[in-house]
Amino acid sequence: MKWNGNEVILEKETFLLALLEERQYALGKIAVELNGEIVPKSRYAEVIIQNKDIIEVVSFVGGG
Amino acid sequence: MLEEDEKLIVFVNGKEEKGDWNTAYEVREQFAKKSDVVIVNGFQINENVELKDQDEIVLIRKGIMPKEEELECMLTARHTPAVHGKLKKGKVAIAGLGGLGSNIAVSLARIGVGMLRLIDFDVVEPSNLNRQNYDIRHLGLLKTVALKQQLQDINPYIQIDTVNKKITEKNAAELLKDCEIVCEAFDNPENKAMLINTVLTHLPGIKIVSASGMAGYKSTNLIRTIHPMKNLYLCGDFETEAMAGCGLMAPRVMVCAGHQANMVLRLLAGEEEV
Repeated sequence: MKWNGNEVILEKETFLLALLEERQYALGKIAVELNGEIVPKSRYAEVIIQNKDIIEVVSFVGGG
Repeated sequence: MLEEDEKLIVFVNGKEEKGDWNTAYEVREQFAKKSDVVIVNGFQINENVELKDQDEIVLIRKGIMPKEEELECMLTARHTPAVHGKLKKGKVAIAGLGGLGSNIAVSLARIGVGMLRLIDFDVVEPSNLNRQNYDIRHLGLLKTVALKQQLQDINPYIQIDTVNKKITEKNAAELLKDCEIVCEAFDNPENKAMLINTVLTHLPGIKIVSASGMAGYKSTNLIRTIHPMKNLYLCGDFETEAMAGCGLMAPRVMVCAGHQANMVLRLLAGEEEV
């Protein structure tokens, strides 16, 4: 799969939530796009990621 | 005397004119002899220049308030003519009127974006003044009220809408109605995420120019603009969070606001790349 432009090999299909937790993202401070479509937060635990998928994650810090 | 079809057509203080003249000073002689400042196609001239068809000339006499119909033309004299028409049609919302939002709004008002919708529920307080575009006269006023007044003093010819509400998932569609671009200018990272997710999921016709990471005084060069998703542009250094010991300060905040305002300008002018 591609994660923010980097090639990452997935041993097996994985839930998006697991990949986000592994990378220690704060789930309330991010936006996730899967193959060009935004994934709502309510679906992070349902969506399954495969090796063909392209994921973009942006995370926000405070200040403005 | 030139034949009719040999005469130049130029715009003098915004009005189309046709005449025998070939140079800027000849135009001044005919229309406003006492002008101190002559501007041709957006640039002030210090010596006579030859004119060509469709040139734009602005004549200003220092210290004299121009007629209202001339004032708008003079305000736009520095605008790049081809872009100005596109900006005038622009409708941009600014969500949050703090360090980022107030500075973005001033930039966009100066360049003549036709409609700005200012959204914030908060009032101006003293700690804001280290970075936000307000002054001590505004303390205690609603930010929408204070900012609108300033923007109208800068550019009376644009439309300013104000919304005194907190923007949420539920009301975003209504509050952003008719806007083509929204600047995310919040302070709180959960609210930033909420607005980006809401706009990208439910309002696919709107582009969002957001910000993350602009606190302190690390190198200015760390602040940049990226385009991570089709309708999302993100400005900042993406890591320097505002906190005790690393507060928000005008210089870096204004650089980030400048990135956002220029990205809005680029989008309105038809450029989608950063």
